[in-house]
Amino acid sequence: MEIIMSVAIGFLFMAAVYLMLSKSLIRIIIGTGLLSHGAHLLLLTMGGLGGNSPPVVAHGVSVSDYADPLPQALILTAIVISFAVTSFFLVLAYRSYQELGTDNMNLLRGTEDYE
Amino acid sequence: MSNLLLFPIIIPLFFAAILMMFPKNVKLQRVLAVVGAGAALLSALVLLAKVNTDGVQAVTLGSWPAPFGISMVSDPLSALLVVTASVLVLLVIFYSIPTIGLRREQSYYYPAVLFLMVGVNGAFTTGDIFNLFVFVEVLLMASYTLIVHGGEKPQLRESIKYLLVNIISSALFVAAVAFLYSVTGTLNMADLAVKIPQIEETGILTVIAVMFLVVFGFKAAIFPLYFWLPGSYYAPPIPILALFGALLTKVGVYAIMRTYTLFFTMNVGFTHELLGIIAILTIFAGCVGALAYFDVKKIIIYNIIIAVGVILFGVAQLNQPGIDGSIMYLIHDMMIKAALFFLVGIIAVLFGTTDLRKMGGLIKTYPVLGWVYLLTAFGLAGIPPLSGFPGKLLIIQGGFEGPQFWGSIVVLATSLIVLLSSVRIFVYAFWGQPVETVPLKKSTFNQMFIPTVILVAMTVVFGVGAELFMPLISGAGEVLLNPSIYIDAVLKE
Repeated sequence: MEIIMSVAIGFLFMAAVYLMLSKSLIRIIIGTGLLSHGAHLLLLTMGGLGGNSPPVVAHGVSVSDYADPLPQALILTAIVISFAVTSFFLVLAYRSYQELGTDNMNLLRGTEDYE
Repeated sequence: MSNLLLFPIIIPLFFAAILMMFPKNVKLQRVLAVVGAGAALLSALVLLAKVNTDGVQAVTLGSWPAPFGISMVSDPLSALLVVTASVLVLLVIFYSIPTIGLRREQSYYYPAVLFLMVGVNGAFTTGDIFNLFVFVEVLLMASYTLIVHGGEKPQLRESIKYLLVNIISSALFVAAVAFLYSVTGTLNMADLAVKIPQIEETGILTVIAVMFLVVFGFKAAIFPLYFWLPGSYYAPPIPILALFGALLTKVGVYAIMRTYTLFFTMNVGFTHELLGIIAILTIFAGCVGALAYFDVKKIIIYNIIIAVGVILFGVAQLNQPGIDGSIMYLIHDMMIKAALFFLVGIIAVLFGTTDLRKMGGLIKTYPVLGWVYLLTAFGLAGIPPLSGFPGKLLIIQGGFEGPQFWGSIVVLATSLIVLLSSVRIFVYAFWGQPVETVPLKKSTFNQMFIPTVILVAMTVVFGVGAELFMPLISGAGEVLLNPSIYIDAVLKE
């Protein structure tokens, strides 16, 4: 299972890098979304998969049966943060498209004369 | 256990939440923002006194014992930084009142500043590496709003890049935390400091340490990862720039200091030497930029990068003078950068441009401004009695005692370049043929100039009275050098 997860995470990171290297702003935003999904899945996998009992002390359940609750708590926080940042990024992209008239990153290069 | 160390985080949060309710009432916004930042500063001062007398303070939220609950820890270093950050936020709010403009004030400017303060104070206080991520995100969220605040074209263009860089580094942060958790099974910093020495495979830990260096390096703008900083910091108006220059990169520097002294000490020969080399390269990169531009904002922005290199070089030495020096230089740098941006802001307003070549002759009409600027520039370069000197002296001493004596020579030599770059502003703007200046009301000038003078006076006191602050600084350094003090305070709670 860990192997499958690793491949999935690697694929997400690969797709994210591919999308973030493109010119269109909206593709870049989708890329950042995939990047954070990859990171969240990585967090889940690194906590150790498996464990099918809830993390509550009960009779007849040994420590190895418990699911690790911490990565889930961490992912929850990280998902909320990445959700907020992505929505902010979408609004920013829309606003700058209105103001600057383009979503092509090549045309958004910083120059010394800020005009 | 005292809840005192939560107040510098909760008070600005509370005031920011209240301020969100009536954005149009500018007078009340100003008053409440000042009251909020002032109250946070007071609580931070009380906290510093408490930490100074009673030692490291720790709180575990929900009273769960340390490795399980979320712990907030205030040692002398974090308390000192919280105090400095609170002073700066208060002064930035004073400086913003005449400069930021009514339109920005009416659209949630002060709440964003206070939220930034929540994130910065929280990042300095947290004792848990995942919560460090959360607080860094809080301050980044606030910084996103501030950098785009006002929605001018350059701001929109630069904030896209700023946002993208920070999202990538945040994703790397989560990945690095994941790897650290898989190897050690804990995220509490004190618990990490106990568990990491017991792990025999130092190879994987070294990889994780370098990953964290990359993550924090994005925030701190170290050598290859500083590319986003000059463009992004150029876009927003001066008060926001002062806030960013004084606080944001310093959070990254603090995080490197904390992790590289507390628990990533298993392979000092590799990680700290890498840090030292990167610090020297950062200084070089900053020097090139500081000399290359004829723009007052750009020159000071590149000086931020130089200072980051100097501080991290002290950290990389991992001996007592090096660490003490970098703590001292860190506090000095937070204050002096804000002061310089304030002064540069006044100069830019007076001339109506930031281009040095279009300036001249200000010393005839504003002599006091000129001498205050010169004093600050000397302080930045570390001319003896002023505030840059004692910190830099200790860092250089640490370098000579440590493995990288050649680095100390570079730090010494580049002080001259820092002096050159900052005095160049003095020469161009204050000497030479007088250029017509934009008329400025006396009261507006005073409103901008008084917070600046207060800040400059503080840096002078900090430099001349360095002996007075030394017990505090060396107390902070002692906790960094002996992690057992920190560990005991957190785990024995």
